[in-house]
Amino acid sequence: MSTQPPEAAASARELTYAEAIREGLEQAMEADSRVFLFGEDVGVYGGAFGVSGDLVHRFGAERVIDTPISELGMAGAAVGAAITGMRPVLEIQFSDFITLAMEQIVNQAAKIRFMFGGKATVPMVVRLPGGSGTGAAAQHSQSLEAWFAHVPGLKVVQPSTPHDAKGMLLAAIDDPNPVLIFEHKLLYKTKGPVPEEAYRVPIGKAAVRRAGEDVTIVASSIMAIKAAAAAERLAAEGVSAEVIDLRSIRPIDLETIAASVRKTHRLLIVYEGVKTMGVGAEIAAMIAESDAFDYLDAPILRLGGADAPLPYNPVLEKAAVPQEDDIVAAALRLARGEA
Amino acid sequence: MTAERAKSRYSAMLRIRASEEALQKLFADGRIPGFVHLSIGQEAVAVGVSSCLRDADTVSSNHRGHGHTLAKGVELEPFFAEILGRETGLCRGRGGSMHVADFSKGMLGANGIVGAGLPITTGSALALKLLGKGDIAVVYFGDGALAQGLVHECINLSALWSLPVMFVCENNGWSEFSPTSRQMATSLRKLADAFGVEYRAVDGNRVSEVAATAETLVAGMRKAPAPAILECATTRVRGHFEGDRQDYRTASEIQSLPARDPLSLARAEMQVEGVPPDWFDEVAKQIAVEVNNAVAKALTAPPPIDADLAAGVYAGMGSK
Repeated sequence: MSTQPPEAAASARELTYAEAIREGLEQAMEADSRVFLFGEDVGVYGGAFGVSGDLVHRFGAERVIDTPISELGMAGAAVGAAITGMRPVLEIQFSDFITLAMEQIVNQAAKIRFMFGGKATVPMVVRLPGGSGTGAAAQHSQSLEAWFAHVPGLKVVQPSTPHDAKGMLLAAIDDPNPVLIFEHKLLYKTKGPVPEEAYRVPIGKAAVRRAGEDVTIVASSIMAIKAAAAAERLAAEGVSAEVIDLRSIRPIDLETIAASVRKTHRLLIVYEGVKTMGVGAEIAAMIAESDAFDYLDAPILRLGGADAPLPYNPVLEKAAVPQEDDIVAAALRLARGEA
Repeated sequence: MTAERAKSRYSAMLRIRASEEALQKLFADGRIPGFVHLSIGQEAVAVGVSSCLRDADTVSSNHRGHGHTLAKGVELEPFFAEILGRETGLCRGRGGSMHVADFSKGMLGANGIVGAGLPITTGSALALKLLGKGDIAVVYFGDGALAQGLVHECINLSALWSLPVMFVCENNGWSEFSPTSRQMATSLRKLADAFGVEYRAVDGNRVSEVAATAETLVAGMRKAPAPAILECATTRVRGHFEGDRQDYRTASEIQSLPARDPLSLARAEMQVEGVPPDWFDEVAKQIAVEVNNAVAKALTAPPPIDADLAAGVYAGMGSK
């Protein structure tokens, strides 16, 4: 089976993950005058990671707005603009900086619809470049998605391919709820097929990237790419791994995971965020509480980020998050009954 | 015309006062399931400002937001029903006193987090400017919010982007249970000056003064979008919340409050203008009936249904 979603197979054109996001932004802004992009240096500079590029020249400084370094104010401005009829897309330069904006995201954006009795919608999107692997150390490398997945009212997604990066952005902009998109910095330059038209990848649906029989590997963001590579090596070892790319962690697609577990009887969960109290704990608990639990032939294993801040030194940095070798080793232990 | 406006503002203030007093009693009787912060003594700010606004203008408020809500034209019965936690409430009983809202009237919500209405209003003003219809956004906050970093972020953003937002500070001298003088090293006037934002200070208990100044500011903002700061000196007659022992207040401060009562000050002005005592008696009777009826209806309204708990968390794809 292809490691790309079937809907992408028809298109031969390849874009990078960053280009795919830019194309999605461009198409959304062309289609709907309510959509605008704002964030630190997203305009003239083109975004710290070059994602917005030349959009300011296409749409002008009124719709691609450079902001001061003012995360809490900007997050609140996104909330206020959304409830006044616009469709703001806010870029937080590094996802770590969202910590400065927690109040508006958690207390306001997430709760307004509920607090006001379902009479309001908050159609805002926050784009968050995250993840380790760039030597950016402890305050520019985190994977904080689990924090937000803990908050009812938010949606949290982590596209891993250029195809999903564009399709999930467009779905997020359509969505009447606040959606946080965690983009992995190491993925920006990765290439893949991306259809030219404006298409949507539904939020809340995982993708089975590879079918397998012996072990299920559920992974998110860049870990889905690593898990797919690990599955190739596992095949050479005679282990057939099914790889599920989570794509969305709130809402989470438990059914796709449970169906796979009922088939393979073994579950490995891989994510870059800190392992303790993370996404893997939730998935493991959901499986334990479901009928899929009866199908398990081995303990559920988790590979996640170390219980330490992200270190600067590249060797330490690699050691702090799961690598392809770790995934292969853990899957082999599970498949061979050594876990 | 002037007399008609004064009458309309007086009625609006009295409607807020009577509603707050009704809530005070409901709270004392144990009929309110949460806590409430009353705006008695501050009615002139909400009414003076709202008298210059239209439905499409947005307002955002704070924990002491009942007056701001009613002044924006929100109806009494769903207002009381909300604070009583009923299904017929403004927010179907999910929000309560600190989250009363009515988007159909441009009332974007009271708020439980001190200062949190400022960035929401800044964003609302950004949207209104982009929409280009001359509508403006107003945020009410207290002097206790001035130490919050987002106040500074939002004044800066609004000034940088020339947003049509009016920052209305209700300066009652109290930051919850402490005098603001012990919490803030500078003043709003100096902050306005630092950011180059137009600033006006008024006696926030004289509704005619609040309205006249707000009118000038709002007219300017509709023509050419730009932020403005209106600081209103006012009085918090009740405690920070109902049930507050207030043993931190001095007798002399409390004794000074009646002379500053916004209703008495307005009535004195209006009597000089020739409004007869009968008119005040009549309007007091009308509003008492209006408030009593609304409270009575709200008290008989059904509570929300437990099974609906999660229903309002997310909007479906068809919404808006």
